[in-house]
Amino acid sequence: MNAPLTSPTRRMFLATGGALVVSFALRPTASYAQGAKPPQPKLPGSLGKAPYLDAWIGIGGDGTVTVFTGKAELGQGIKTALLQCAAEELDVDLKTVTIVTADTERTVNEGYTAGSHSMQDSGTAILNAAAQVRGILIELAATRLNLPAEQLQARTGAVIANDGRSVAYKDLVTGEALHRVASAQSPLKNVKDFKIIGTPMHRVDIPGKVTGAPMYVQDMRPEGMLHARVVRPPNYGAELVAVDIASVEKLPGVIKVVRDGSFLAVAAQGEFQAIEAMNMLASIAQWRKVAQLPDQGTIHQFLTRLPSQDQVIANKGDPSQQGAHLLRASYTRPYLSHGSIGPSCALALMKGDKLTVWTHSQGVYPLRNSLADMLHMKPEQVHCIQVEGSGCYGHNAADDAAADAALIARAVPGRPIRVQWMREQEHGWEPFGSAMISNVSGAIDDQGRIVAWNYEVWSNTHSTRPGGPAGNLLAAQYLAQPFQPPEPKEIPMPEGGGDRNAIPIYTIPNERVVDHFIPQMPLRVSALRALGAYLNIFAIESFMDELAEAAKADPVDFRLKHLDDPRARDVVTKAAREFGWNKDKLPRGQGRGFAFARYKNLAAYCAIAVEVSVERETGVVRLGRVVAAVDSGQAVNPDGIRNQIEGAIVQSASWTLYEAVTFDRNEVTSVDWSRYPILRFPQAPESIAVHVIDRPGEKFLGTGEAGQGPAAAAIANAIADATGARLRDLPLSADRIKQAIGV
Amino acid sequence: MTVLNVNGKQHEVDADPRTPLLYVLRNDLALNAAKFGCGLGQCGACTVLVDHNPVFSCVTPIAALEGRYIRTVEDLGSTDKPGPVQRAFIEEQAAQCGYCIPGMMMRAQALLEKNAAPSDAQIREAMAPNLCRCGTQMRILRAVHRAAKLMTVELNEPREVKG
Amino acid sequence: MLGRTLLGLAIALILAFGAFFAWQWRGELAPTSTSAHAFDPGIVTKGAQLAAIGECAVCHTRAGGKSFAGGFPVQTPFGVVYGTNITPDRDTGIGAWSEEAFRRAMREGVARDGTHLYPAFPYDHFTKLTDGDISALYAFLMTRAPVAQANRQPQLDFPLNFRIFAAGWQLLFLTKGPYRNDPSQNATWNRGAYLVEGVGHCGACHTPRNALGAERPKEAFGGGVSEGWDAPALNASSPAPVPWTADQLTAYLKTGFADQHGIASGPMHPVVANLAKASDADVRAIATYVASFIGPRNAADRQRQTEASLAFAKQRAVSVSDLARTTTGVAPADDRSAGGVLFAGACANCHRSGGGLPASRPIALALSTPVNSSDPTNLLRIIADGIHPAPGKSGPIMPGFSGALTDPQIVALADYVRAHYSRGQAWPNIAATLAAIRSNPTPAMEAP
Repeated sequence: MNAPLTSPTRRMFLATGGALVVSFALRPTASYAQGAKPPQPKLPGSLGKAPYLDAWIGIGGDGTVTVFTGKAELGQGIKTALLQCAAEELDVDLKTVTIVTADTERTVNEGYTAGSHSMQDSGTAILNAAAQVRGILIELAATRLNLPAEQLQARTGAVIANDGRSVAYKDLVTGEALHRVASAQSPLKNVKDFKIIGTPMHRVDIPGKVTGAPMYVQDMRPEGMLHARVVRPPNYGAELVAVDIASVEKLPGVIKVVRDGSFLAVAAQGEFQAIEAMNMLASIAQWRKVAQLPDQGTIHQFLTRLPSQDQVIANKGDPSQQGAHLLRASYTRPYLSHGSIGPSCALALMKGDKLTVWTHSQGVYPLRNSLADMLHMKPEQVHCIQVEGSGCYGHNAADDAAADAALIARAVPGRPIRVQWMREQEHGWEPFGSAMISNVSGAIDDQGRIVAWNYEVWSNTHSTRPGGPAGNLLAAQYLAQPFQPPEPKEIPMPEGGGDRNAIPIYTIPNERVVDHFIPQMPLRVSALRALGAYLNIFAIESFMDELAEAAKADPVDFRLKHLDDPRARDVVTKAAREFGWNKDKLPRGQGRGFAFARYKNLAAYCAIAVEVSVERETGVVRLGRVVAAVDSGQAVNPDGIRNQIEGAIVQSASWTLYEAVTFDRNEVTSVDWSRYPILRFPQAPESIAVHVIDRPGEKFLGTGEAGQGPAAAAIANAIADATGARLRDLPLSADRIKQAIGV
Repeated sequence: MTVLNVNGKQHEVDADPRTPLLYVLRNDLALNAAKFGCGLGQCGACTVLVDHNPVFSCVTPIAALEGRYIRTVEDLGSTDKPGPVQRAFIEEQAAQCGYCIPGMMMRAQALLEKNAAPSDAQIREAMAPNLCRCGTQMRILRAVHRAAKLMTVELNEPREVKG
Repeated sequence: MLGRTLLGLAIALILAFGAFFAWQWRGELAPTSTSAHAFDPGIVTKGAQLAAIGECAVCHTRAGGKSFAGGFPVQTPFGVVYGTNITPDRDTGIGAWSEEAFRRAMREGVARDGTHLYPAFPYDHFTKLTDGDISALYAFLMTRAPVAQANRQPQLDFPLNFRIFAAGWQLLFLTKGPYRNDPSQNATWNRGAYLVEGVGHCGACHTPRNALGAERPKEAFGGGVSEGWDAPALNASSPAPVPWTADQLTAYLKTGFADQHGIASGPMHPVVANLAKASDADVRAIATYVASFIGPRNAADRQRQTEASLAFAKQRAVSVSDLARTTTGVAPADDRSAGGVLFAGACANCHRSGGGLPASRPIALALSTPVNSSDPTNLLRIIADGIHPAPGKSGPIMPGFSGALTDPQIVALADYVRAHYSRGQAWPNIAATLAAIRSNPTPAMEAP
C-alpha cells in the first residue's frame, strides 16, 4: 500500500508547457527507468491483489450469493455499499446477498481498512468481479441453452433468454466455474440502468444493532470463555518489579494470573471477578517508573527541536516572491484521542499450535503477521477474524487488545479468552493523533491573486500500525524479551502522513511545501482519521480566509478564483448556494465561515459552510446551520455518504472546539471523559444539510475522512467573522476565544 | 441469589450482589444491547430503564434492584416486530458504528414516556448524558422526534423498508 | 385618659411613619442622555475582575439566557426575587443609568427611579466597595452587550411584596460606606477582607440570618443556605475534618479542587468557575483572609485535628485489598448493612484508594465536608443529582443516583457513608431531608 522509502522517487512529475503539472501514481509500480518489464494491464481495484473471481464472489447451491471483502465494517456502512455494488452488477435481489468481511482464512488481503480506500479498492474490485461473473453466467447459459450470448440477459438471479427460457444462477454454477482470473475489462452495466447503486438503501447492519443482536466482538460468548483484564503499567516504559501473584490467584473465580516481564494480566470465570482481580493486582504491583514526558504547554516547540527528516514535497517557480502583501501565520493542533465509545476488546483461543483471534482491528492480515512474530509462530498458524467493534476512527487499541488476548490465550490454552480494555486504559494507552505545527506564508498581488506560497509542517508519524514485526503491539514492548517498536517512516505522497493535504489544491504559480517528519515520539501516536489532513486543511483554509481578507475579497469568490478543477468549483458553489452564502451583515456575535478541500487532493471533494454565534462573556461557541456539499464520484449509497459527512462534521467540531490530550511530566492525565470532554447533544449544531453531487460512472472517491479538515476551518473562519479574533491554535476553546475577544 | 425482573421475566441470578447490573445483563442473561463504555457513569452506553428511569447500569449494583422493573432494548421489540423507537432509528438510519445506540434508545424511551412531544431543546437536554463519538447526533434527534410520532399515532400502513 | 393616650400614640405613629416615609423616599435620578460611553480599557478590565469575584453573572443570568440579562430566581425565605437585567439596554436594562445612579444602587440599595431594592441583591456587602471599584464595575457593565429582556417581578409573601419593607430593612440593617482597613493586619489580609466582605459577599450565603433576613453580625460565617444547599460555616465551627489552610483554600477557589477537602459542588461550582478569571493575587488574598478565622484558632489544635483526620481517612480509605479479601466483598468486612453493599457496588469503583487505574480523582470521603457536616443536605444532593462540569469543559463527573437507587436506598447509603467516614453523630433526619430536597429541586447551577 505504501511505497517503501527506498524507492528513488516518491512522485513522478510531468512538465507540460510552462506550468508544472504533477501527476500521481495511485499505487507504486516499477518505473520504466529502472529497466523493469512493461506492466500487465492493471486489474481494477484490489483485483490486482487477488485476481481469481471466486475470491470475491461465490454462488451457493441455494442461490445465495456471498461476497468476500478484505475490508472491515467500522460503522461506515461499507458492508451495505459493497453489497449494493455486487447486487447491482450481478443483477440479484439485495436480500439474497451476504458479505464476509476481513478474515485471514476466507477473504483477500486488502491491507487495512483505512485511508478511505474501501470503495476505491474493494468496491471497484467487487463491482468489476460481479460484472465479470455475470458475464460468465451468461456464457455458461449460452452453452446450456445453445443460444448466442446476445440473446441472453441476466435478471434477478437468473439468465433469461429472449425466447423465455431461463436458468437460475445456482443451476449454472458448478465446480470451479468461477475460479477464473479476472480480466482488465468488465461488462459493467450502463449507469443509467442502475437500480441499486445510487439509491439510499437501508444499511443491512442497523436492524441487528437496534434490537440487541450480537453484532460486536464485545457480544461474543463462546462456550468456555474466560474474562480477562490486563494491568497496564503506571506510565510509559515502567517496569514491573514485583507482584504477589499467588494472593490474587486465590480470589473467587480467578483462573490464572499471567505475567511475562512487565506484561501482567488475569483471567477469571466472571467479568466482575476479573475486574476485581485486576484492581487487586494493580494495587499490589510494584513498578519502577522511568518515563519523563515533555511539558504540555510547550510541546510544539519541543517537537520542532527534535531531529527531523525533511522532504520538499512541492517546489514550483520562485516561492520567495513577496507580491503586494505578504502574510505569515502558524497553526497548531494538540494530541487528539480516538475516543472510541467502546474500549477495545478481543477474543483469542489457542488450540494446539493454532491461534484464532477475533478482533476489530482495521487490518487482520498485518495483525496476523505481528501476532505470529510476537508468539514465535508461523503466520499460517494464526487466524484473525474481523468482528465489529465500536467506531475506531483509525488505529486505536484494537490491535493491542488482540495481542493481550493472544498472550493470555497462550498461557491458558483451550479456553477462549476475552480481553476488555477499561476506559482509562483506552484513553491512556491508545496511540494518539500526533501534535502538529505548521508555518505558512502567502503573497498576493495587487489583483488579489496568490502569487507565492510557502508551507512547512512538523509532525510525528501517523502510522505505527502493526504490520510485520511485533514491536508496534503494546504488550510486545513489555514482555520479558521485549520487541522494540520499529523505526517509524513517513507515509509517502501522494497519500502522505503528516503532510497529507499539505499541498494546496489551489492554482498558485510559485510554491514550496516542506514536510518535517519527526521520528522520535514522546507520546504514543498513530493514525487518527484524516491523519495530517485535519491540521493541514485547517491551516490552509484558515489562511485562505486571511489572504482573502487582505485581498478584500469574499472568501468563496477568493477560492473560486484559484480553483480550476470543475468538480471542485461545483462543490464550492453548491455549498455556498445551498447555505445562502452572502455578504449581509450578521447581528453582533454571529458569523459565517467557509472551507473547502479535496481529501488527499485525490479523493472526495467537500465544501462546508457554517454559521456560529459566540457568547461574548464566555467565549462559548454555538454551532448554527451547517451546509456541506460533497462529490464522491459514483455515489453508491448517497445516504451513507451523507451519514459519513454529518459524522465527520460533528466529530471534527468536537476536536476543534474542545479536545486535547493532557499530560504532566509523568503520564497522560486525560484518562476518562471527565478530563477529555467531547461534544454532547446540547452542543451539536442546530442543523446539518449534506448535498451529494452524484457523478454516475466516475471512479469511487474515498469519503470517510473528507469532512474533518473543512469543518475545522469553516468553524475557525466563522469564529473570526463573528468576533474579529483569528485563532490558530486548536482547540478553539471557550477560554482561548474569550481571551482573544478580551473584556 | 438475587431475583431480578428483566423485561418482564424473573431471573434468579447467582452473582455477587455488588455486581453492576451491566455485567449481569450481558453475561448472566446474554442480553447484548446495553454496552460497556466506561464503567464510570460518564458515557451512557450502558443506559437501561429501572422503574421508568434511565439509569447507568455500569454503576448500579444488582443489590439495589430486587423487586424493581428493569427494561433493556430487547424489550422494545425485535427485528421482525420492531417497536416505535426501534422503527424510528431504522427509518432515520440513525447509527454509524451503532455502539452508543441502545443507550440512546433507552434514554429516549424514558423521555418519551414522560413527555410525549418533546422539543428539540428538551431532547438535547435529556440525551446529554449519552455520548456519541461517530457524530450521529442529528439523526438521533430526528429519530427521537419520529419515535414520538410513532408512539402517538398508530400507522396502519406498514412502511416500506428498502434493502 | 385612655382615649387621649391612644390618640397620642396614633399621632406619634402617623408622624413616625410619615417621617420614615419621608426619610426613605428617594428621588429618581435623571436618565443619561446617551448610551455612548468611552471607558478606559484598563478600568473595564478591573471591573471584569471585580465582576468575576462578585459573581454578578450568576444571579443576573437565567439558565440558558444571555449574560447579565436577568431572570435568575434567587430563593429567599420570603419568596423568590429575580435577578434584574443589568445589561446596558436602555429600556429593560441599566443603559440609562448614570454612574451616580449605579453607585446609589450599590451603596444604598436604591434603583435609578427611586425604588428600594430587596436585599436579595446584597448591597449590604457591595456598599463596602470603594468609589473607584464601583466606577470600574459600572464601566464593565456599560460595555456589555445590551439585551432586551424585561425584568420579572418578585414573588414575595404578602405583605413583603411592598417595597417599603425593603426600605425598612435598610433602616434596620444597612450600614453604608466602604470597607476600612484593619491596621493590625497586613495588606494581603486586608485585600482579602475587602473582597470577601465587599464584592465577594461570601457572608450572604455563609452567614446565618435573622427572622427578617439580615445576616447576624455576631455569627459571621457561621453557616447558611443557598439555593437549597447548605453553605457550611467558615468560622471556628467549620465542619471540615482537616482545618483549611490558605494554600488549600487557594487551590479550591482557583481550581475547584483541594486534595484534603474535595471538590466544589452545588452553588460553589459557578463561584469557582468565575474565580478562575480573577487574579491569582486576589484569590490568594481571599484565601488568606478566610484562613485567618476558619477552623480551630489555636495552632496546636489545628495540627492535632489535621493529623487525626488524615489518619482516620487513611484507615477508612476503601482499599482494593479490603474489597478483594472479604468473601462477599463488602467493604469493610464488618459492614453487612444494605448501605455498605450499595456503597461497594455503586461507589467504591471510583471512591476507592489504591489501584493502578488513575480514576477520576477519587475524593477521600473521610475528608469531605458534606460527609462531616451536621446537615446531610449537601451529600444527599450530590448523591441524587451527581456532579456535572460545564459543557465542553474538563471537570469531575459523578453520575446522579436518583432513579438508579430508590430514596430509601439513598438514605441507607448516606447513613452508611456517615457512619463509616465521619466521626460525627449519625444524622437523625436523613429521610426527612431527602423528602425536603425532593420538594425543592434546584436547577443544576451551571457556570455562566
